[in-house]
Amino acid sequence: MLTRLLKSDGVYYFLRSPAAIVAAIVAVLIIGGAFLAPWIATSNPYDLASFSLMNGLLPPIWEGGDPRFPLGTDDQGRDMVSSILYGARLSLLIGIMAMAIATVLGVGLGLAAGYYGGRFDAIVMRIADVQLALPAILTALLIDGISRGLLPAAMQEDLRVAVLTLAIALSLWVNFARTARASVFVERNKDYVQAAMIMGQHPLRVMLRHILPNIMGPLLVIMTVDLASAILLEATLSFLGIGLPADSPSLGTLIRIGMQFLLSGEWWILWVPTIFLVCLVVSINVLGDFLRDVFNPRLR
Amino acid sequence: MAYFILKRLVQSIFVMLAVAFLAFSLFRFVGDPVSQMTGVETSVQDQEQLREELGLNDPFLVQFYRFTADMVQGDFGFSYRTRQPVSEMIASRIPATLELGLVALMISLIVGIPAGVYTALRPRGIATQAILMTTLVGVSIPTFVIGIVLIFLFGVQLGWLPTFGRSGTVDLGGWSTSFLTLDGWRSLILPAVTLGVYQLTLTMRLVRAEMMEVMRSDFIRFAIARGIPFRSLYYRHALANTMVPVITIIGLQFGGVIAFSIVTESVFQWPGMGLLFLESIRFVDIPVMGVYLVVIAFFFVLVNMLVDMLYLLIDPRLRVKEAV
Repeated sequence: MLTRLLKSDGVYYFLRSPAAIVAAIVAVLIIGGAFLAPWIATSNPYDLASFSLMNGLLPPIWEGGDPRFPLGTDDQGRDMVSSILYGARLSLLIGIMAMAIATVLGVGLGLAAGYYGGRFDAIVMRIADVQLALPAILTALLIDGISRGLLPAAMQEDLRVAVLTLAIALSLWVNFARTARASVFVERNKDYVQAAMIMGQHPLRVMLRHILPNIMGPLLVIMTVDLASAILLEATLSFLGIGLPADSPSLGTLIRIGMQFLLSGEWWILWVPTIFLVCLVVSINVLGDFLRDVFNPRLR
Repeated sequence: MAYFILKRLVQSIFVMLAVAFLAFSLFRFVGDPVSQMTGVETSVQDQEQLREELGLNDPFLVQFYRFTADMVQGDFGFSYRTRQPVSEMIASRIPATLELGLVALMISLIVGIPAGVYTALRPRGIATQAILMTTLVGVSIPTFVIGIVLIFLFGVQLGWLPTFGRSGTVDLGGWSTSFLTLDGWRSLILPAVTLGVYQLTLTMRLVRAEMMEVMRSDFIRFAIARGIPFRSLYYRHALANTMVPVITIIGLQFGGVIAFSIVTESVFQWPGMGLLFLESIRFVDIPVMGVYLVVIAFFFVLVNMLVDMLYLLIDPRLRVKEAV
């Protein structure tokens, strides 16, 4: 298994692409750090005990700060490194969940639409067309706005993360549905699918066991690109003050808070989370571009 | 030709009806308009009377018809938050957003098309690689970060340009324009560049892809074989054939410009429709949200129709197909 993986095309091209290697290292570092945040962060930004005005507004260590806070502190005295690790954790959690929901929903609807065709296909594709005309951010904003009107005020705060995740997922499913549907049209008439159908296998089994594995390549590319989109969407909405509230710091929320210090000298409160977000998204996009090239031999 | 335009008109009316239905559902099912308009001390009888006066007890289709008819006549109802007519609120914000979007679109086309052509003609050049890498980073950087960087550089560090608001506007019969004063342009530059940069990368990538496709086609190979000078080959034969996608970009980017103007307007406190929409979401001001949707959809439909008609003018093949 391992030797097969090491001999595969993907690994071969990966080892010859410096950009992909650097991107992978950056992504692994950030994602690993976010995942391990509760164990490696020196303090928990959610914990009120970590607020300490005595330590407020300390600069990063290379500008003469305190060695306990390598990247400085914010106005509440919270360690920037810990805030970022927890912030990235929340951003990634929302991004990955939203991407996963969008994948399951989009691929499911796309497969079904392509397989059954007819009226079901027409309805799904008309909805997709309308939604495709609206950029994802507008859809997400709208779903968020509607949820604010529908949910009682008491539940708003508790459900913020879930609502935001769902809003992002519902604005990203279209790409998956269209790609899955188009791939099904190509695969459906191939002999192996016809054979499976003639053998009387259940349509669900044909779709999941036979067609799905053969269309994984393009789907994997979309998953990578959409993960980056989802993280960007979350950051943007939180930055606009629509997404997460200020007491649950995602990267977007941290940047929003940092904006207050744009005019003063405390540059690190704004720029550290901003640079972190950009590194994360750029590395994921570079990997997505790399995967696209691997799965599309014509471009090589 | 006439048939085609008629067909598009009918389609557009259906799209507008669908959006109006969405906006109407917002009004009707998200939050209770009566409880929004009245205080706690209003009696149940009074509430019921208001309900009757507003026609909320009428059958669904009657209400939808009335809603649409009002919309067509420009009566968009009142904002829950400011109690002003929504039509006035929107009308006062439209010029700011459209001017911002127009300048951003211009930046994206004027820089993006030449860059796309260049990178397509020299796919292996060092400059091309550098441009492509930059655009990949450009796509990954969120609009609001571009805005913050520009504010920091040109507003805070250099102090050359104003960083928020819209100033120096001149009123032209109800349309307040930034285009006539230096101050207007100065406050327009940073938001427009912010909005344009992201669109620019998309323009460039699309033009590049199209141009490379055209360069591979047979007629270009024949033209090369005939010894047509490269300058004429590139700029007359090849570029002319990428004009159709360029028009497509204008249509597509209109949507992006409108959506990302929400973000840009928020970063720069630019008093356009996007900022109004954000405020209306924050305060669950359903009438404003609904009308924003309808107005945006109207612009979408309008731009898409214009784009389709431009196709007919530019590409003679489409005219033949329509006739058949």
